Amino acid sequence: MNTAMAAVTLIDPAPAVAAAPGRSYWGLVLRQLRRDPVAMTAAIVLLLLVAAALLAPWISPADPYKASMLKRLLPPGSPGHWLGTDELGRDMLTRLIYGGRMSLVIGVVPVLAAFVIGTGIGLVAGYVGGWVNMAIMRTLDVFYAFPSVLLAVAIAGALGPGMSNSMIALTMVFIPQVVRVAESVTTQVRHLDYVDAARLSGDSALGIIRHHVLGNVIGPVFVYATGLVSVSMILASGLSFLGLGVKPPEPEWGLMLNTLRSAIYSQPLLAALPGAMIFVTSMAFNLLADGIRSAMDIKR
Amino acid sequence: MALPDIGGPAQPLLSVTGLRKHFALPGGLLKRNAAKVRAVDGVSFTVAKGETLGVVGESGCGKSTTARLVARLIEPDAGELVFDGQAVGAQTGLALKDFRRSLQMVFQDAYASLNPRMPVAEAVAYGPQVHGMPAPAARQRAHDLLARVGLAPAVFAHRYPHELSGGQRQRVNIARALAFEPRLLILDESVAALDKSVQAQVLNLLQELKAERGLTYLFISHDLHVVHYLADRVMVMYLGIVVETGPVEALYRTPRHPYTKALLSAVPSLDPARRTRQSPLAGDPPNPVDPPSGCRFRDRCTLAQARCAVEVPALRQSTTGHWAACHFDEGLA
Amino acid sequence: MSPPGPPKGEYPSAQQEGVPMTGPLLSVRNLGVEFTGERTVHAVRDLSFDLAAGEALALLGESGSGKSVTLRTLLRLHNPRRTRVSGCIEVAGEDVLALEGRPLQRYRGGVVSMVFQEAGSAFDPVYTVGQQIAEFVRAHEPLGAAAARARALEMLERVQIPQAKRRLDAYPHELSGGMRQRAMIALALACRPQLLLADEPTTALDATVQIQILLLLRELQRETGLAVIFVTHDIGAAVEVADRVAVMYAGRIVEDREVGALMAGPGHPYSAGLLAATVGAEHRGQPLKTIAGAAPDLSRVEPGCAFTPRCAHAGARCGVEQPPLVRKAGQALACWNPLLASVRTTHDQSLPAGMASGPSFTGSGPTAPSEK
Repeated sequence: MNTAMAAVTLIDPAPAVAAAPGRSYWGLVLRQLRRDPVAMTAAIVLLLLVAAALLAPWISPADPYKASMLKRLLPPGSPGHWLGTDELGRDMLTRLIYGGRMSLVIGVVPVLAAFVIGTGIGLVAGYVGGWVNMAIMRTLDVFYAFPSVLLAVAIAGALGPGMSNSMIALTMVFIPQVVRVAESVTTQVRHLDYVDAARLSGDSALGIIRHHVLGNVIGPVFVYATGLVSVSMILASGLSFLGLGVKPPEPEWGLMLNTLRSAIYSQPLLAALPGAMIFVTSMAFNLLADGIRSAMDIKR
Repeated sequence: MALPDIGGPAQPLLSVTGLRKHFALPGGLLKRNAAKVRAVDGVSFTVAKGETLGVVGESGCGKSTTARLVARLIEPDAGELVFDGQAVGAQTGLALKDFRRSLQMVFQDAYASLNPRMPVAEAVAYGPQVHGMPAPAARQRAHDLLARVGLAPAVFAHRYPHELSGGQRQRVNIARALAFEPRLLILDESVAALDKSVQAQVLNLLQELKAERGLTYLFISHDLHVVHYLADRVMVMYLGIVVETGPVEALYRTPRHPYTKALLSAVPSLDPARRTRQSPLAGDPPNPVDPPSGCRFRDRCTLAQARCAVEVPALRQSTTGHWAACHFDEGLA
Repeated sequence: MSPPGPPKGEYPSAQQEGVPMTGPLLSVRNLGVEFTGERTVHAVRDLSFDLAAGEALALLGESGSGKSVTLRTLLRLHNPRRTRVSGCIEVAGEDVLALEGRPLQRYRGGVVSMVFQEAGSAFDPVYTVGQQIAEFVRAHEPLGAAAARARALEMLERVQIPQAKRRLDAYPHELSGGMRQRAMIALALACRPQLLLADEPTTALDATVQIQILLLLRELQRETGLAVIFVTHDIGAAVEVADRVAVMYAGRIVEDREVGALMAGPGHPYSAGLLAATVGAEHRGQPLKTIAGAAPDLSRVEPGCAFTPRCAHAGARCGVEQPPLVRKAGQALACWNPLLASVRTTHDQSLPAGMASGPSFTGSGPTAPSEK
């Protein structure tokens, strides 16, 4: 047993990164993320936006629905209205803050729903393979073949206007895209040796998916889905623009872009404000998604 | 947790008969006569209790596919698997889940064999938990096994695979396989990717574990030196079939099949004064898509004659336990 | 089958009779390579060696020894922003580390060329092998398309690829592993370099193919007077190809000897450990002699010899002072307590179990029929 004892003492020198017991994979990702200045800035921006949306009633200077025909289209910097007023005399700053609520919800909820449903379908298609995979993927290909805007419009049009209908439409647009990514990653993971090792343990397919496949699939799909949030917001604004989705007088950035269209020549800065908000939010989500992807790749 | 010995010492632990697996090449979905990769084409062998059977061959010979077929990771097209006298997966035989406790595998790629999102102790404890062991007991067993393979639990238990070196990862894989208390361990090129000094450590560990736990090994490798060191019997595969099998010393000293002879002389010389002058074989190992008729080795064989294209040579025994499949086997009486 | 090829005289060979060698082809002095980043990794430290024209040197070592980094530094392949290179490299009188722009392009491939481990990834998958060799040739010499293609064909025949004309128009994925490796050698030699660097070219190949490639390299080297640096962790491959072996550990050369001398009696405990860890039939039934411990962390610079924590032969001085590479009578050794052949018998008794003083190599591993 001497060589066994010698084997036991063959321990490597302690690693440069001190390993604390009990830390999870996502804890490591978070720590790596904290070192990324761009991602951190994006995260802070998003937090501010969410906070502003949540605290809207307390931080807004005015009533978002209160119109005043006398104060129409005041430019930004006017006294009492820091960002001016819209075409019906409502305070822009207030409408932008309140608009954040709807826009963020309409950006995140469909993506979240598509993420959950899409990952589930993708896992099944990728793990089982064979004709089940073919049946699922080719069916979804039909939906995937339509340009997203067209598909969203078609479904929303069929369901009728309204925020919840447009969210359903957007979810259905995103599901095929998420399934594609999830199925692709699952297929890759499925053939790795550690999944084979898990199969050798005698565990059921569901158990293997839960313990081994899911954790490794969720990461890439999550990053992809985070990038979809900005798409969702823009598509939603498109739907509102077309009259489907949110209806006036609700404040929603996309809808505001539509209604301020006529002011583009007289008050271009004003008309651009809702677009700027969509832009900033999209950028923040995308940069954060990039940061998470990089953090997940880090192997020390 | 280990399943008991049923058949006794004379009963082979594993008996494989007529194993066959053909993979259809893509593009053959709707066509009937699609090309097939005849990865394993009628392989039969036995593994006695407590022995190490070495399986050697080059790319395309089917040794890894054979390993996966034996482990039931892939379903064979034909063939029978008998473990300690019981047919595997059959109605009256051994249930697949019990079989999984008795037979485990260590793969070549130590990194791909470990879930990158799982700390290694959890990876080792996973198997016993699947078979019903409660979590604390499973974790304790994982810690004990990690210690046994030379990785102190206090330092290594919570580490992730990317925080370990290649040799350490392979030790984790061994610990994971042992957690089931198996009786047969398939080692599929398990030391191939390791540095030579680390390889020596892992080989020593494998030998100790085998003696301690009464294990049986199926050791697949392309490294003839390692097989010579480790194995009791050796099986040589070529293009999906077994061409020679026999006790290790007999096979290395007096190989009877031309391919075995070529393989042995292809090993680089370790003596600078006696370097290899001529390569024993030309060309690459062929693709098992369309093997030659008759003897599969005939288009690279120096002894080939007309008969070889027509008649498939059968495995014939010369001395006890030494079989070869060649028409011109001088070893036969 | 001897392939047609240009007569020996066309190659700039320093092995011509009566021509005095003006110095070694390659001269490396105090080479140091550091990778900067979160932590600085000292991949190569204070490396010095020479290579004569037409000589074959094997760099033997395990992962983390710095052998591949050395090769890549000889071709300046590292990202200059993340690498700090110090020291001096001279090839055929040129200062390699000072080359930039066109001279550097001419140097790479024209004077020094490289063959990689994975032939599959070294080739661009969307061009045929012939196109890639021809493109490579035209980048270095003013040849027309037809002449370049003819040279590509000539090179493929030179490396003994069967049916070379057909293979000229084959895509890399259509070739088998061994043929791809031959094609890569053809590519590397297409512009008649004086030095060929080979980074584990046979590690990924099957045994019967590996020996073909090793013999091919030896033959090409003898025919053309090419100098070769062959990086490997496989001692057998080193013995088949090289005249000299330099053993590397933790970024330094610890021993540099003629291959026969090294195999008969290594001087450095690490070399001895490597040789002893080579598995063979003679070890059957006993535990293998291993080198205790694991490879060192290259981001830390410890005083003294890097092998000290694993050396059964270590003395007090070893952990404190770095032993210099002492060159004497054509061999070099960096060790305070070397295993000298002349005192080997007395040493055997005092060595603790676990350290071999060197294996006995009276022949190759498994016995094999007549060819050897």
